[in-house]
Amino acid sequence: MAPHKNTAAIATYGDHEVIKPENKLRKYVSDTPFVPGEDDPVTRAEMALAALSSEFGAMMDEECQRLDKERHAVMANGFTKTNKEGLFHAAHDIKGQAATFGYPAVASAADSLCRLIEYTPDSSRIPAKLVDQHVDAVRAIYREYSRSDAQDLASMLTVRLREVTDEFLIYENRNRPDILEQITGAPAVVPE
Amino acid sequence: MVRIDFNRLRFLVIDDNAHMRRMLRTLLHGFGAREVYEAEDGAAGLEAFTHYIPDIIITDWAMPIFDGLELAQMIRQPGANANPYVAIIMLTGHSEKKRVTAARDAGVTEFLAKPISAKGLYQRIVNVVANPRPFIKTKTYFGPDRRRNVNAAYVGPERRKGGKADTIRQTALLEKVRSPG
Repeated sequence: MAPHKNTAAIATYGDHEVIKPENKLRKYVSDTPFVPGEDDPVTRAEMALAALSSEFGAMMDEECQRLDKERHAVMANGFTKTNKEGLFHAAHDIKGQAATFGYPAVASAADSLCRLIEYTPDSSRIPAKLVDQHVDAVRAIYREYSRSDAQDLASMLTVRLREVTDEFLIYENRNRPDILEQITGAPAVVPE
Repeated sequence: MVRIDFNRLRFLVIDDNAHMRRMLRTLLHGFGAREVYEAEDGAAGLEAFTHYIPDIIITDWAMPIFDGLELAQMIRQPGANANPYVAIIMLTGHSEKKRVTAARDAGVTEFLAKPISAKGLYQRIVNVVANPRPFIKTKTYFGPDRRRNVNAAYVGPERRKGGKADTIRQTALLEKVRSPG
């Protein structure tokens, strides 16, 4: 495809330049107002995603199977670079997608596993049992999601997992104050 | 709500997770987009960027080969590719402050935390289309202006050095406290 030509207004200062590229996208902003009763794009996109929702259960199932497979790879061959990244990415994807798939309570257990992997300086010291408990918790919460008390059980389970994980991480990072601050410190800041 | 002519915008979605790519494509088509290209890792994403010249890139952070952060740094090389000013929206499960800062310093235009929502994605797209920020080029940074707001009450050193037009006089906090009224 033919590249766009970039034209930009450049103001030069002592140690930096301020560049105002031509805004080629501005022409795509329409002045036509939305009329009453017209579907706005956000509603249309939400409806499109809702139409896909019948497949979310199968998608979540695949993600849980992937996590289990990565767990077995770690158990069989230890935390090699590939195995570590595989397990982390599988947990990280569940953390990011569980709510969209309709299983928000699964995300916290997956997040705890991500923290365990990310903040342990020497992966070989991660207790296999703790990895197992995390993976089993993720799968169990997903499997039992239709139970009436599923949310409460998920909450109890993930709070305990997080406590045990934090205790381990605080000990393993006792000589790394910057990491300790991240483990025990401020919550995530994300613009809405 | 700002109305955008989505069917004229070209998107590139880069994510190693097929489910996430599918959800993003569904949302973008729901907005009215027609041209949505996909890549499943950073290397394929860079190649697709060169080939398709998208208007907006939506990328994951954690990916094989090279990640979304490295991809942003490769794209933000003035003169090295067709459009170093392209809008980059980083969509990720990483939402810690240090991650947001790292993404900003790599030249990412907008940051969006998972779980994804149609509203959040739409807002980020509106921002990059209707209200793009100028770019700043220094010895160590090239990317969108990291100062989103001008704070008249800012007290501290002016880290950008320049001529008169760029000098911002700052009053030391101690002086402010001491001065009457």
